[in-house]
Amino acid sequence: MAEKHVDEISGVSTTGHEWDGIRELNNPMPRWWVYTFYATILWAIGYCVVYPSIPLLTENTKGTSGFSSRAALTAELDAAKASQKATLDKIAATPVGDIAKDKALLEFAVAGGASAFKNNCAQCHGSGAAGGKGFPNLNDNDWLWGGKVEDIYTTLTHGIRYAQDADTRTSEMPAFAEVLQPEQIKQVAAYVVSLTGKPSNTALVEPGKQVFAENCAACHGENAKGNKEMGAPNLADAIWLKVNGEEEIAAQVSHPKHGVMPAWGARLGDATVKQLAVYVHQLGGGE
Amino acid sequence: MNYTIETILIGVGVFLAVLGAAFAQDSLFQAHMGVLAITLAIAFILMLRRISFAPAGPQASQSEYFDDVVRYGVIATVFWGVVGFLVGVVVALQLAFPDLNIEPFLNFGRLRPLHTSAVIFAFGGNALIATSFYVVQRTCRARLFGGSLGWFVFWGYQLFIVMAATGYLLGITQGREYAEPEWYVDLWLTIVWVAYLIAFLGTILKRKEPHIYVANWFYLSFIVTIAMLHVVNNLAVPVSFLGVKSYSLFSGVQDALTQWWYGHNAVGFFLTAGFLGMMYYFVPKQAGRPVYSYRLSIIHFWALIFMYIWAGPHHLHYTALPDWAQTLGMVFSVMLWMPSWGGMINGLMTLSGAWDKIRTDPVIRMMIIAIAFYGMSTFEGPMMSIKAVNSLSHYTEWTIGHVHSGALGWVGMITFGAVYYLVPKLWNRDGLYSLRLVNWHFWLSTLGIVIYAAVLWVAGIQQGLMWREYDSQGFLVYSFAESVKAMFPYYVLRAVGGGLYLIGGLVMAYNVYMTIRGYKRNEAPIVGSVPNLQPAE
Repeated sequence: MAEKHVDEISGVSTTGHEWDGIRELNNPMPRWWVYTFYATILWAIGYCVVYPSIPLLTENTKGTSGFSSRAALTAELDAAKASQKATLDKIAATPVGDIAKDKALLEFAVAGGASAFKNNCAQCHGSGAAGGKGFPNLNDNDWLWGGKVEDIYTTLTHGIRYAQDADTRTSEMPAFAEVLQPEQIKQVAAYVVSLTGKPSNTALVEPGKQVFAENCAACHGENAKGNKEMGAPNLADAIWLKVNGEEEIAAQVSHPKHGVMPAWGARLGDATVKQLAVYVHQLGGGE
Repeated sequence: MNYTIETILIGVGVFLAVLGAAFAQDSLFQAHMGVLAITLAIAFILMLRRISFAPAGPQASQSEYFDDVVRYGVIATVFWGVVGFLVGVVVALQLAFPDLNIEPFLNFGRLRPLHTSAVIFAFGGNALIATSFYVVQRTCRARLFGGSLGWFVFWGYQLFIVMAATGYLLGITQGREYAEPEWYVDLWLTIVWVAYLIAFLGTILKRKEPHIYVANWFYLSFIVTIAMLHVVNNLAVPVSFLGVKSYSLFSGVQDALTQWWYGHNAVGFFLTAGFLGMMYYFVPKQAGRPVYSYRLSIIHFWALIFMYIWAGPHHLHYTALPDWAQTLGMVFSVMLWMPSWGGMINGLMTLSGAWDKIRTDPVIRMMIIAIAFYGMSTFEGPMMSIKAVNSLSHYTEWTIGHVHSGALGWVGMITFGAVYYLVPKLWNRDGLYSLRLVNWHFWLSTLGIVIYAAVLWVAGIQQGLMWREYDSQGFLVYSFAESVKAMFPYYVLRAVGGGLYLIGGLVMAYNVYMTIRGYKRNEAPIVGSVPNLQPAE
């Protein structure tokens, strides 16, 4: 066939063929390469014997281990559930207010609450629970609907202005643009600002106080400290959820915006909501 | 007269595209047919200008190699390479700085397939078509089969790229990774691909060499398998023949498995087998040495193409895919390790007797680093396919790092080496414009890849560990959002690595341009490349 040809540099003969000047040496395959290849094939055969591998007509070989990833997953989930079951049962049986009394339960609830918070609450309240405009800060001691752990628990379970939950917390500030004159709204905004800061026109404060007493005090209280029964915010603590400054206060008085929080009881289950309540309660603002 | 039929066909194409736009069932199809009509109209005008009514001149000698199309292919390779790298840097920056998402056309979701397709199909595809046409003619000592069929393959493929790319930007996708174009673009590619197969196989059949060279086995396996993968994976029923939307013939887990059978073998046959074909020609040519082992090339070729086709299920570990298929995907991937390394051994050992060239020839250096990255990636791949490793690495940045050490390191570098080999030959220059710039390109790219891959190893492993970390009470320690936030520094560094690679690509484009123009940079030779300048030992 082809003429014999030996490569001068390596002293190895070539196959005798040549393509566009390229020749091929007749070197054997490296032994380590061949044996490693064999080893991977043997390993593959062994693995196929032990694990499900060969499709047959209606079934497939199950392997000597009988491994099934569904069964493995179920077992893993069951083990995870089992490891938490005793504690979760105890939490279910313990009123939310008493969880903190048991150190082990508290530790568990804070860890579980933190985990649930990051995945369900951080989107609105922030990863550090510091909130943002329209989303309450959960670290301070300013609470719309109460800062006792039971209050937090109720808020979490049923949500706020969440129509799908019959027991949701509801309150609605009327749109005072239909009740008050624009001038009165300016006055009351100036008064509210004067409680914690400097209004733009001090002359408006006195008449504003009058407007407040007649229209706002019923919910926000005589001293404007709010009312947690109906989620009326404290206006005298310089913590503002939705507004910043006199003009925005006036706008909120005219056409109030209302936040909504979903009810988490049905979605996350009672045990998780209890943990969340305990977690939020211990962040620093709990009453 | 020349080009008459071609010009008429393109004219008919313009007309049909206009009709398609006029009767389109949806606005996306209308816009896309508009793009097609404009593209073809430009081609039509260019063709009209080339028509001469003089009697046909002497035909190009049929005894010469058909290299015009290879020249175009090399330029297209360099052009699409730079485009692909640029879009890659943009999407990398978008991940780090989401504000860079410009809605709707330039958001991440549309640019990402543009990047992957530009790099794999436009850059890699043009490189494969150009080099395969070059190699098959020389190793068969035969002119490319089919007359101007080579031109149809080249321009038809560019049209596919333009239609795919504009489709992505318009938001047209069938949602299959690396196979995003919709049914009508798929059909066009099928036609082009069959023409490619005919041109390639026809050349092999009329060869004047008694045997088929190993590079051609690899190229042929790449062309045949890609045809099969492309057709099966894209089996779909269009909702309307005048609309973009189609539905896959498969559903559920079968659809997923078909997709990854395709997806993994796009890696296996497009990015591995095809580029091994490239390596088997250009490394021995550039080194001036025989291929290390003929026997190894046979065994690793057949082992590689037999094993690769089974490995796809490893993309679907721990999913609804039945366990037996996961097992097979994994064991075939592990068995694939040595067949892949056969190519690495043959490539590296071809340098035995010429190791000094790594020091003196930057083009060889480029090819050797490509083979080194090939070896690394083809070890990493089987390792990642092992279920225990995969449970950590899957869905993390590690996978992206793995793909890029293969794509940037192997596919990119071996292509650069081939381009640097080809350009002086194709344009009859007595050498490149500058070997020192090749050296710059080498170091910029290598540094870029090392940064890219190392950063994403760290990122991916950290990500995987964060996702699975439980505290002592049995609760997950990190939320998903926290793991995203932790990626920021890595994303920035990844963009730096990609940026270096892009700069390297620009250096190459400049070097290729100056070489084609016929310039020669006045520079000191690479140390050691001129024998008589070598100091005494």
